[in-house]
Amino acid sequence: MSDEEEIILAELSREELYELMHEDLYDGYAAEIEAEVHEALSRGYTPYEILTDGLVAGMDIVGIDFRDGILFVPEVLMAAKAMKAGMAILRPLLAETGAPRIGKMVIGTVKGDIHDIGKNLVGMMMEGAGFEVIDLGINNSVDKYLNAIKEHEPDILGMSALLTTTMPYMRVVIRALKDEGIRQDIIVLVGGAPLNEAFAEDIEADAYCRDAAVAVETAKKFMMIKQNNSKQ
Amino acid sequence: MNVLQKQLATQNYLILDGAMGTMLFALGLAQGGAPELWNVEHPERIQEVHRRYIEAGSQVVLTNSFGGTRYRLKLHDLQDRVYELNKAAAENARQAADAAPHPVLVAGSMGPTGELLEPLGNMTFADCRAAFAEQTRGLADGGVDILWIETMSHLDEVRAAVEGARLVCSLPIAATLSFDTNGRTMMGVTAKQAITTMREWKLAAVGANCGNNLPDTMAAIAAMRAVDREMPLIAKANAGVPRWGSNSALEYDGTPAVMAGYAYHVHQMGAQLIGACCGSSPETIRAMTAALKGEIPVVQLVMPVGAGGGTAVNSPPPPRSRKRQRP
Repeated sequence: MSDEEEIILAELSREELYELMHEDLYDGYAAEIEAEVHEALSRGYTPYEILTDGLVAGMDIVGIDFRDGILFVPEVLMAAKAMKAGMAILRPLLAETGAPRIGKMVIGTVKGDIHDIGKNLVGMMMEGAGFEVIDLGINNSVDKYLNAIKEHEPDILGMSALLTTTMPYMRVVIRALKDEGIRQDIIVLVGGAPLNEAFAEDIEADAYCRDAAVAVETAKKFMMIKQNNSKQ
Repeated sequence: MNVLQKQLATQNYLILDGAMGTMLFALGLAQGGAPELWNVEHPERIQEVHRRYIEAGSQVVLTNSFGGTRYRLKLHDLQDRVYELNKAAAENARQAADAAPHPVLVAGSMGPTGELLEPLGNMTFADCRAAFAEQTRGLADGGVDILWIETMSHLDEVRAAVEGARLVCSLPIAATLSFDTNGRTMMGVTAKQAITTMREWKLAAVGANCGNNLPDTMAAIAAMRAVDREMPLIAKANAGVPRWGSNSALEYDGTPAVMAGYAYHVHQMGAQLIGACCGSSPETIRAMTAALKGEIPVVQLVMPVGAGGGTAVNSPPPPRSRKRQRP
């Protein structure tokens, strides 16, 4: 495809259309993604297929290059914005058509910590992977986490801390989940610059996620295990 | 000639200070508390931290105003006290510096707003610039010698801070970025890009602070020095990497001996303004000072393989050739 060639969406094959979506997500072109989603819908492709083969597959590429240090936060944020533009069209249709749910996550930065760029990035990448994300923002107390879990019944709880002084609060939240008797019902993922695997293990989280791309991979893995278990 | 150049004319390096936040928590700052509020609530404790760093050898101390923009103070509902808290921060450091037995410069610390600039986020460039201008007003009136923009990841935010500061005063300005993501800043800025861009802004000094590990900070200094032979370079690295230790407490692997080695080597690589960041203490600075003065033997630093290693600073992976021109 030459650089100058004008692209006529209606002339593209199914594969070419999805490939174009992957490229436009990579480049963060929101308006183009919207046009391509509309084109796909007008052809009668199902919203779920457009989500998985178009948007989620495209964000996978973004996630891999972010993990490998080829893309950085600005590019990923622009890609996530383009993804959101596409999702805004698909979300109501997905609900109508009863498409399979990929998973739901409640995410927030712990009490005393006001950093949210990393947490926002995880939220966006999770949405990019098709998860429903409820973002509690910054400075969350145990009560805020517990109330959100009761209200939204998520599959996953994500906690973030950027400060060495706030990361111990994650243990407080996990202990509260145990006290409430709901620890085994929820996958707890933790992340943030000062954390590591040993800390996650020590506070009995399910996993430490080094960055947003790893968070998505880990969440998918745990969801697969969860779904397999529920089938048995 | 600005104050930094004057100091550097008589000796070829200056010792900076170490961590402020780490020290304040040790003095009883509550989790999630606003360190900047202590400038007025416990000025004697802030002065005490400055005094201990000066005793350890610091010739430049940074004010307790890292989170002193209205964006950061808002999270503690202190956004209406920007001028007061920054002025007090400057006065606390000034007091300790003026009482010191050796000449000490006061540097007004200005950290990131924590917000993302448009189009990535919702903060406009003009609002960002105004926030840094507001902070500068307090720092300048409190008597700082130099403004010190630090732990930045986005060059546009540095530019907003520089422009904001210059709306208010003509003090010299230093700026450092945190190279913590594959040898780049979180926003993907390489050390080479950083110095190439920032040297155009007529800053008094530029460099690297915080960061992910010592090798990445040292690689950033080397890359900057390769671009610019003249610019005074700042190295203010974390005391190694935080590790969750076996006794369920946070430990940094940058012991005073390791940090002394880092100070010596980073000076050899061309850094002239040398200090430490998160996890460090007056003990760290004391060891670094002794190493630079040649009073103690210097440990050879073993650079961990695969821990970033700093190679990405010099040779970032090639971008995918996926870019397609829009018709």
